[in-house]
Amino acid sequence: MTPGRAPVPWWLPVPAVVGGLFVVVPVLAMVGRVDWGSFGALVTSPASLSALVLSLGTAAAATGIAFLLGYPLAVLFSRSRSRWVGVARALVLLPLVLPPVVGGLALLAAFGRLGVVGAFLDEHGLRIAFTTTAVVIAQTFVAMPFLVSSIEGALRVGGDRFERVAATLGAGPTRTFLTVTTPRVLPGILSGLVLCFARALGEFGATLTFAGSLQGVTRTLPLEIYLQREIDPDTAVALALVLVVVALVVIGASTLRTRTVVL
Amino acid sequence: MTTHKRTAMLSIAAAALAVIGLAGCSTTGQAGTSGTTGSASATSGPTGAITVFAAASLQQTFTTLGKQYEAAHPGTSVTFSFAGSSDLVTQIRNGAPADVFASADEANMDKIAKTDLAAGSPRDFATNTLEIAVAPGNPKHITDLADLTSSGVQLVTCAAPVPCGAATAKVEQAAGVDLHPVSEEQSVTDVLGKVESGQADAGLVYVTDVRGADGKVDGVPFDAASGAVNTYPIGVLRDAANPALAQAFTDYVRSGAGRKVLADAGFGAP
Repeated sequence: MTPGRAPVPWWLPVPAVVGGLFVVVPVLAMVGRVDWGSFGALVTSPASLSALVLSLGTAAAATGIAFLLGYPLAVLFSRSRSRWVGVARALVLLPLVLPPVVGGLALLAAFGRLGVVGAFLDEHGLRIAFTTTAVVIAQTFVAMPFLVSSIEGALRVGGDRFERVAATLGAGPTRTFLTVTTPRVLPGILSGLVLCFARALGEFGATLTFAGSLQGVTRTLPLEIYLQREIDPDTAVALALVLVVVALVVIGASTLRTRTVVL
Repeated sequence: MTTHKRTAMLSIAAAALAVIGLAGCSTTGQAGTSGTTGSASATSGPTGAITVFAAASLQQTFTTLGKQYEAAHPGTSVTFSFAGSSDLVTQIRNGAPADVFASADEANMDKIAKTDLAAGSPRDFATNTLEIAVAPGNPKHITDLADLTSSGVQLVTCAAPVPCGAATAKVEQAAGVDLHPVSEEQSVTDVLGKVESGQADAGLVYVTDVRGADGKVDGVPFDAASGAVNTYPIGVLRDAANPALAQAFTDYVRSGAGRKVLADAGFGAP
């Protein structure tokens, strides 16, 4: 866009290339292990397909919930001047740094059958344990912080001068939020959604601890891969490749969208 | 506009990084050392250090056996790596430095023997059978395998591909019942955890798991359990760095002293 770019140090590409290879080589090596002759049969087995469908569905649901709850959080975090907001942010972003298994244990303590919320729901005939709902809860828990932090970053970069101008022109807070703030941070929202979906798709530890593992109900693709690895590494590798492809498609699509929006 | 674009690109890069690692970040391996290296030895017999790869269900007994062996044989050090048997097989095949392998089933030991990774033939040293784990006090009054088919009982079992799942399928067949678990877990420890935490009403686990849970679950024995006896083999590995000590420790596990520790934990004799 702007002619002339700031020069980078001559040595910079060396660690950059090593860093790139470090990530790319293992994935390519895994692709090399795929047994193409049986690939089709392996990934279209009933167990594989139901795991894939379940994964896509739960990750989409988790992303939707994370957006509905996480976008307002991000707006409050970016606007609030209270000193407690730092504490609140740290708590909400905690799942970013928690091992997922710990997240699963925390969810058990809250939504498990004997948990604070879970016991109450259980009395009213609502059982979360071992249902697809539990999978979505686990995924939302671990993935929402990615969305919140991504959107908050976008909100902070822009400041709030457009919103203040809108207010002087007579627009109410809701109208400003929907017609000024939201379009302005759309790229941030999109990359937040992608991060969130990707993280939800890969969720393993919290799901295993909290939701269990049953074909078609709670056994998502990562759990199926982990299980297949026990008996049939070929299937595990084939399914892992499917997961990589889905992830690349999601990232690729969002890159295109982001470009269109920004340029 | 430039800032927007940069933010977006950075985020996308971050997304890419996050996604590459998305197949999960689980570690099943649990390495533990027992005791310290003894001082210089005055007794005869092999000295030095060995690493024992043992099935997760052997964690308590083998840790005890390792400490006992080190105490009785100064100058030796026995280190353990506990994980699911098939995980350990994968690690050994990929060149993990192990001297001894103790498997929770014969199928996984066969994989080692078949690929010529064992030195000599492995020997059986223990057996284990299934039991129904229930909450303390057995609030659901479960007395037999058939009780687990009741719709009011949330049952958890191992998935068919793992050893305890294979045993579960065998007892189902032997008893002529058709179980409908709400979850099929990846390992017997996960099944036990679901019962301990009260998520599930009942789970099919090994007798030794109930014994090792220290009262957090009660065990209900059932007749058909004898239809699926799991045999544990142990063997020295071909690439053992210290074959003499590896053999000595293997013999110790199969000795009277080893037998006693295993029996106390609920393991049967081979």
